[in-house]
Amino acid sequence: MFGLDKKDTTLLLVVATLTILAPFLLNPFPTASGMAQFNAGYPDLMQRFVIFGIFAIGFNILFGLTGYLSFGHAAFLGVGSYAAVWMFKLFTYNVIPAIIMAVIIAGIFSLLIGFISLRRSGIYFSILTLAFAQMSFALAYSVLSNPKFNLTNGETGLQVYADDPQRFHHDGLPDLPHLFGLSMRSTYTMDVGAWSFDFNAGYYLCAAIMLGVFYLAVRIFRSPFGMMLRAVKSNQTRLNYTGLNTRPYTLAAFVISGMYAGLAGGLLAAMDPLAGAERMQWTASGEVVLMTILGGAGTLIGPILGAGFIKYFENIFSKINDNVLHQWFSFMPDGIENFMVFIVHPFVGKGWHLTLGILFMLVVIFLPGGLVDGGQRIGKWLRSRRGQKEDKTSGTTTPAE
Amino acid sequence: MGILEVKDVGIRFGGLQALSNVNLSVAENTVHAIIGPNGAGKSTLLNCFVGKLIPDTGSVMFDGQSVLGRAPYEINQMGISRVFQTPEIFGDLTVLENMMIPCFAKRDGAFELNALPNMMKQKDIVERAEQVLEEMNMADKRHEHAAAMSRGDKRRLEIGMCLSQEPRLLLLDEPTAGMARADTNNTIDLLKEIRDRGNITIAIIEHDMHVVFSLAERITVLAQGTPLVEDTPENIKGHPKVREAYLGESA
Amino acid sequence: MDGFLLQILNGLDKGSAYALIALGLTLIFGTLGVVNFAHGALFMIGAFCAVTLQRFLSLSYTVEDPTQKDFLGNPLKVETPYVESWFGPEVGSTIIDWSVPLAILLAIPVMVFLGLVMERGLIKHFYKRPHADQILVTFGLAIVLQEIIKYYFGANPIQTPAPDALSGVANVGAIVGMELLYPVWRIVYFCFAVLIIFGVFAFLQFTTFGMVVRAGMADRETVGLLGINIDRRFAIMFGVAAAVAGLAGVMYGPINPPNYHMGMDFLVLSFVVVVVGGMGSLPGAVLAGFMLGILESFASTTWATTTIPGINQIIIYLVAIIVLLARPRGLMGRKGVMED
Repeated sequence: MFGLDKKDTTLLLVVATLTILAPFLLNPFPTASGMAQFNAGYPDLMQRFVIFGIFAIGFNILFGLTGYLSFGHAAFLGVGSYAAVWMFKLFTYNVIPAIIMAVIIAGIFSLLIGFISLRRSGIYFSILTLAFAQMSFALAYSVLSNPKFNLTNGETGLQVYADDPQRFHHDGLPDLPHLFGLSMRSTYTMDVGAWSFDFNAGYYLCAAIMLGVFYLAVRIFRSPFGMMLRAVKSNQTRLNYTGLNTRPYTLAAFVISGMYAGLAGGLLAAMDPLAGAERMQWTASGEVVLMTILGGAGTLIGPILGAGFIKYFENIFSKINDNVLHQWFSFMPDGIENFMVFIVHPFVGKGWHLTLGILFMLVVIFLPGGLVDGGQRIGKWLRSRRGQKEDKTSGTTTPAE
Repeated sequence: MGILEVKDVGIRFGGLQALSNVNLSVAENTVHAIIGPNGAGKSTLLNCFVGKLIPDTGSVMFDGQSVLGRAPYEINQMGISRVFQTPEIFGDLTVLENMMIPCFAKRDGAFELNALPNMMKQKDIVERAEQVLEEMNMADKRHEHAAAMSRGDKRRLEIGMCLSQEPRLLLLDEPTAGMARADTNNTIDLLKEIRDRGNITIAIIEHDMHVVFSLAERITVLAQGTPLVEDTPENIKGHPKVREAYLGESA
Repeated sequence: MDGFLLQILNGLDKGSAYALIALGLTLIFGTLGVVNFAHGALFMIGAFCAVTLQRFLSLSYTVEDPTQKDFLGNPLKVETPYVESWFGPEVGSTIIDWSVPLAILLAIPVMVFLGLVMERGLIKHFYKRPHADQILVTFGLAIVLQEIIKYYFGANPIQTPAPDALSGVANVGAIVGMELLYPVWRIVYFCFAVLIIFGVFAFLQFTTFGMVVRAGMADRETVGLLGINIDRRFAIMFGVAAAVAGLAGVMYGPINPPNYHMGMDFLVLSFVVVVVGGMGSLPGAVLAGFMLGILESFASTTWATTTIPGINQIIIYLVAIIVLLARPRGLMGRKGVMED
């Protein structure tokens, strides 16, 4: 179906089903119960799942296929956000032109940066992209925000003000990003017994777009172009001596992944019409790298898993404070309870970044193939164990010849 | 007029004159071997043909066109394929995919953004790749990871990849270096077969005299960066200058 | 003219820090072939060695002095640092005053130890892994180190003043018969950096150990075949590089109060310095470090920032791009380094 083989079609349908049913699946605990803090089915978080999923899918096209490790992809995300907010400010709150503009501007930007950075490979490339991203951050944070020329509004962040032109905005349209009148914030809440599920317009727009670009990524993975990118990772010398010019292939991959990042940035702005420079910082670039390798670089589903995993735990860990910890360990004797809280405290709440850093190292050291690889290994192990058992049983019934 | 014409090529690395006054003509549809002791400049010369090095002086013409200053991929597109000393293949890809890449390069040129069609549905490419694998006796290995194969099989695959492009000139850089005797013989047989099929020019750099004398029709002996003699294998065998170059001045 | 000289002087202290960090990065890269994204964190930890020592020396006990009363009429509480009671008030307060330079003595063993632990415990296992993995694991380590420091010392910058005797302003123009006022500590920092740079070069040039390391940098396999345990020497060089970064950090405190993210701020720029200088070239790293530091200082003048607002923040990147376009290997880079 859709020009994909059976396995890929199944994968696509599974992802589609999960994203459509996400409001149910992510809210398994009744609203009033103590476990409700582990629910993730509220609009803001679900939007972030899919938006960062898009970001990671795009990053994976570059890193997973070609092996070029960019440390500057957050810059394209930021550029996308700025472009989208400018569209809101100048023309209309409708999200479609904003998203299109975000993709275009990020594409141009990544073409420029990629053209220079891809003159080198390996570590040089990583350092160059990192430097470009930091430069973009400096540009956005201060340089392009001065009384003479204010493109980014510096520290405050770019937002829409009442005196902005908004040429095509008129009465009757929501004063928030909307899709032809349907506000991105409009949410239908369904109460079923003790449960409550939120269906948010913004989330479903993001989810539909994510499914579209995920499908596109699958096509790219299975295309001759995708194979060439894997060949770049495997052996550039052979590729050159086989009559293929590696530069345009890597540049195309770089621009495509930059456009995915721009799309993610545009969607972030479409959900909340605000763009800040901190989105472009190296920590943000590092985060998308982590999402991709945690899920499994070079696999189709890995980046989405990684993005969901990181964003979910970021949300949960950040909410945990000492009170919550004391509740958790309250079944223990007082001394031990305090000790446990003391041990766990640095890793939760504001300490989420510490956990993230440790997770980063653990994944790189022990699970370079990511969750997908880990899952496959466990699967293989289980199968081989079952196989052994069957061997044993069959061995007892029919003696060896 | 040969298909490959090398005139007055010289190259210097710092204080070392690696090549000087190299003149060489490889006739079309022959097997031409370039031999010489270690450090004679054989690999340096080969690198001048494929765009890895640009000589300081002289010219290298392929079929009437200069190859100097062109990138390796451009030279390949002109019709020169190269086999490396240690097999250079795409280790992370399957054998079939390895074989498909040169077919794409042949059909689509140096770059083609073919990002949406399924590669397995490119019938002409898949058929051509399968056909070459068949010819190489590797069809049963088509879904194996290339990196997992034996050295001999990797060499076979690499040669097959070059042949799938139907090059006019095939350059071989010590194709049997580091191989066991059996693998060496297999490779010789394979190269003989390719030669006898005709319509291809082969230039081979080799250390192993056994390989050279079983394949070559013309031999150039290189010593200290300059061609010493060029002749048929029969005449080279007993040539005093060759003996001198291999055994040292005093012999 | 004085303005011109002053800008050069202003650039020297930042340039010194860049040069020292870039020197350590290049040492690690040249010996072990690993790009250490945690190197900035080592610089930062060096600075926090000074903070720690300062806090440690200022540990005090409180005594109530019944002869004096505070404004509420209670007996006055007097805090006396332990060092003052041990060595007498005079010597004790001098020790506290000189805590930043004294921290050098603490930082050397701490940093060498930390460097060795990092190399033996973590980076050693990554020599045969792809470069991307090396970058990622050191990047993760950088985050962890940075967050640990943040957890214990907070997010705000911490003042680590220079000793009174070195915290004033000196007229450095006096030598050439001009009025040119300049903070003493920055001169000290520059001289200190030059001393360390010379020390490292002399160590590599004139000791047998250094000779073996240099030979190993040029051709690791051959040196290994000679039966020399090059790995252990390279591990020690990692310790040395860590110490260089740490010392650069210790002495930088009085110029800019240390905070937990200073390492990353410096790291990105130091990478640019390494790339501009030419990857794998020690003199290139030092030269580019000072050059870019001075350039940045010129771009920070009022004239420059009014002409092009914010130019001081991006000048280094712009220059790096131009250098790389004109000379892809950097100013002093050799062919064949990291080009696979």
